[in-house]
Amino acid sequence: MTQMTVNDAISAALAEEMRRDPSVLIFGEGVATKRRDLLGEFGPARVRNTPLAEGIIAGTATGAAATGLRPVIDLLFAPFLCYAMDEIVNSAGKLRYVSGGQFEFPMVVLAMTGAGWGVGAQHNHNIESWFVHSPGLKVVMPSTPADFKGLLKAAIRDDNPVLVFADIALGYSAGEVPEDIDAIPLGQAALRREGDDVTLVSYAKTVGTCLAAADRLAEAGISADVLDLRSLKPLDEGAILRSVAKTGRLVVVHEASRLCGVGAEVAALVAEKAFASLRAPVLRLTGPDAPAPASFPLEQAFVPQADAVVAAVQSLVHGALAA
Amino acid sequence: MTALPPVEALESMMLERMMLIRAYEETLVDLHGRGRAAGTCTAIGQEASAVGVVAALTPDDLILTNHRSAGHLLARGADPGRMLAEVQGKSGGYCGGKSGSLHISAKELGVVLTSTIVGGELALATGVGLSRSMQGGPGIVVCFFGDGAACEGRFHESLNLAAVWSLPILYVCENNQWQAFVHRKETMTADGVAGHAAAYGIDSAVVDGNDPLAVFEAATAAVAAIRRTGKPFLLEAMTYRLRGHFEPDDQSYVDPGELARWRERDPVVLLRRRLERDGLLDASAAARMEESVRARMEAAAAFAEASPYPAPEELTRDVYA
Ligand SMILES: Cc1ncc(C[n+]2csc(CCOP(=O)(O)OP(=O)(O)O)c2C)c(N)n1
Ligand SMILES: [Mg+2]
Repeated sequence: MTQMTVNDAISAALAEEMRRDPSVLIFGEGVATKRRDLLGEFGPARVRNTPLAEGIIAGTATGAAATGLRPVIDLLFAPFLCYAMDEIVNSAGKLRYVSGGQFEFPMVVLAMTGAGWGVGAQHNHNIESWFVHSPGLKVVMPSTPADFKGLLKAAIRDDNPVLVFADIALGYSAGEVPEDIDAIPLGQAALRREGDDVTLVSYAKTVGTCLAAADRLAEAGISADVLDLRSLKPLDEGAILRSVAKTGRLVVVHEASRLCGVGAEVAALVAEKAFASLRAPVLRLTGPDAPAPASFPLEQAFVPQADAVVAAVQSLVHGALAA
Repeated sequence: MTALPPVEALESMMLERMMLIRAYEETLVDLHGRGRAAGTCTAIGQEASAVGVVAALTPDDLILTNHRSAGHLLARGADPGRMLAEVQGKSGGYCGGKSGSLHISAKELGVVLTSTIVGGELALATGVGLSRSMQGGPGIVVCFFGDGAACEGRFHESLNLAAVWSLPILYVCENNQWQAFVHRKETMTADGVAGHAAAYGIDSAVVDGNDPLAVFEAATAAVAAIRRTGKPFLLEAMTYRLRGHFEPDDQSYVDPGELARWRERDPVVLLRRRLERDGLLDASAAARMEESVRARMEAAAAFAEASPYPAPEELTRDVYA
């Protein structure tokens, strides 16, 4: 085991995959400037700076992926993906199907998002569910350094376009990463803590929020399953349903806004397939339908906090919503 | 015909291809009129540009095209039966019926990543060019786009990146004067788009898009320059969309004088007339050519008609690799 930050884990995954497979390359605005270690090892053909033009960066990755390369592109902040939506959604996501399976698009789109840096709404917008809603794409949003490393490696090896969102607040957080960690298959949730009374489903930084809440709930005699989705598409439906079958209560927690968010999908899944297990209504704790503010207290208020998770669970177990 | 010297043989070949493209698109119009095919874009009047450019390529070269792709595909040797089947949503089509007419790719012919998002092909071409240049293969990339696509930001992003990264791409603008229902004159101050190339340090040429030999020669020179330098080149073919944007379209918005002037320059008629006048094609050879094209189209229509619709399980197949 080594201690590693999320940023280091991302760098390590990129270096290892580029070493393993000569068709992997990375480009984006400032990529060659910031990733000097990769540039030094793999050279300027495989580590490239680009013009400031997210659309053509994503289009170039898409065209390259269909013709034999495995590009990773760094689009910096998630809101900038709006300039690249057409290439990601209409081309990378659809041209395999539209062409009757003639092409594959093994490519990875990296972007940062989330509260914690005070950069405001045009740098912080959790838009992951947009891509979950788009066919042909996979979406990953890890919470630990080990997962960043293993899931990014799997994303690079996947023959589909994979969006990997990095929660800004997690960048410098450190954790144990096994020396020999390999690719972690996409589509497998991780049970971070086991309990019997409630299932807390989350991903990215709010997994930590749920774990903190679970500690406090334990003191009050309530034990929680904390399920880290890790991959939003494919979604590990089995893990969600198994947990809810055991606990009978579900709270979904994420920073992205509520309407048509991942929480809505998880809640609907449970309503459709585990209705009989439910002992209480499903709750969602999410960001509001508002742009992310820059002001620190407002930014923190945007994100569900452990207090709110504890209160929500209390209301399901003992309070107004208890069966 | 085998005894003909090379240029004449080439011209006869080009005439036959142009006749095939014309017959194919007229078949589409007919099928649409009889409710046997969904609406579709034709490029009637633009055959010379497609045939002239594609004749300048080798099998290693890759082509990206757009919603008006029939000419490019047929010039490259596509089977009109599989194309018609595709347009009719049949399983025998190049894309199993999932594309329809608007984004037919045929990887086996090197026609890749056809996009009907106007400008989409320009965004993808740089990636295909990057693969080509990094893999060190012999082929170049040809990207067909319209004058309307040149109004998209992606046109400029694509040219800039291709120039900065030195990508082997032949950009072919088929300036057919129309951008759906808007005349090109309403959307740009210049008469064409080739002028933009210089700003990116890219060489360009403008050619009469209704003269297949002129297009072939210009494309041959451009392709040679790209193979020699590895750098992009922009070729603009001036032509005209003789039918509407999309079937059906009554063209009531088209200036009749302009349309009549371009009808006089119908590239299929012009080439045939010139070959006959110069004694390079006698009337009976031309008639045989016409007959063989008609027979091919009849067989193509029969193939498409007989091809079954896709099985229900195709609905969700090939979404993911
Ligand atoms: C992004 C986008 N905007 C609009 C359209 C609708 N549309 C399809 S073809 C077309 C005209 C394109 O003009 P041009 O690029 O000159 O090509 P042409 O049709 O003349 O061959 C338009 C507006 C589209 N398919 N994609
Ligand atoms: Mg046009």
